[in-house]
Amino acid sequence: MTVVRVPPVLRSEAGGVREVEADGATVREVMEDLARRLPALGTRVYSDGELQPFVNVYVDGEDVRTRDGLDTPVGDTSTVILLPAMAGGR
Amino acid sequence: MVASSLLELIGGTPLVELRRIAPEGRTVYAKLEGQNPTGSIKDRVALAMVEAAQLEPGQELLEPTSGNTGISLALVAKLKGYRLTCVMPANATPERRALLELYGAAIVESPGEEGSNGAVRLAQEIAERDQRFVMLFQYANEANPRAHYEGTGAEIARELPRVDAIVAGLGTGGTLMGAGARVREAFPGALVVAAEPLPGDPVMGLRSLEDGYVPPILDVSALDRKLLVSNAEAAAAARALLEREGLFAGVSSGAVVHVARRIAAELPEGSVVVAILADGGWKYLSADFWRGEEIDEQVLWW
Repeated sequence: MTVVRVPPVLRSEAGGVREVEADGATVREVMEDLARRLPALGTRVYSDGELQPFVNVYVDGEDVRTRDGLDTPVGDTSTVILLPAMAGGR
Repeated sequence: MVASSLLELIGGTPLVELRRIAPEGRTVYAKLEGQNPTGSIKDRVALAMVEAAQLEPGQELLEPTSGNTGISLALVAKLKGYRLTCVMPANATPERRALLELYGAAIVESPGEEGSNGAVRLAQEIAERDQRFVMLFQYANEANPRAHYEGTGAEIARELPRVDAIVAGLGTGGTLMGAGARVREAFPGALVVAAEPLPGDPVMGLRSLEDGYVPPILDVSALDRKLLVSNAEAAAAARALLEREGLFAGVSSGAVVHVARRIAAELPEGSVVVAILADGGWKYLSADFWRGEEIDEQVLWW
């Protein structure tokens, strides 16, 4: 099982918790398992086979968009972090 | 060196080798953007945006900013004879506000609870209501990455015979897009790597995902790697920079060095990595991280 960390803005869709668990060997499989377990959360981050544009998904601290996207491998001990896209650089 | 204006001293920052903290067999250079006239990399962006705006008589500059960009704009506006108004959340630190006022900028407060999104919204309203104001908006202004293409990146390409990776903090995306493109032209195959802050829960304060924001000048597909760095990791690297290299740099620079060491270690022996350090540590002196206290729930970057 992989730990998926949920940002505050999505916690109401995850029953208020900071972390959930999901199964899968790739980001796509983890997202699909997440959508089965917590449909409200799943559709906010992943729909029609794509990540939503304002959501960033990280596996072990690295944005999957600069890895292999939904095909990025997820290990048993990996942590998946969901974050809203936010700009910095004040 | 003798200059006729501080504006001539923007850019041309030095590169220094970080011998004590580089992984064995690899070379890591830091580009010291804190040596710009107001102490940050944003001097480059401010000068480029103001010159590109070509203000007409009676027009004034406007920008939502509570950080380095405002201070840089205040200097450039002063020396070019323009008025500048900065829109910032009411809960921005007193030091930030005081420094801008000392430089001569006017301040308009936006609701504190709306954060920087609120400052952007209010600045847009002001610019629409009053044609006097020209909003530069660094997140969407092409002069921002261009300043780094023609300046930061070109300087690296000119000074170094080999670059395998360039690492910079991800804020507006201007440094990574501009300097990254220029370095890739000079050194095909060089990696462009973003160090991104992992925000603590209170910092994220978004009410909905739709409040999120991807700057128009940022093309994530132009990045080779994009790595999250926690405040604790950034602070540890900033402390290591000071203790081992004698380099007093800001928190985002700590994050950049953290990632630069990791990338350098992944690359083959002999590789050269350039870390762009956006500012010095002065503006963060009151932050607890210098003393190693719990910091992950604070706003520290930029």
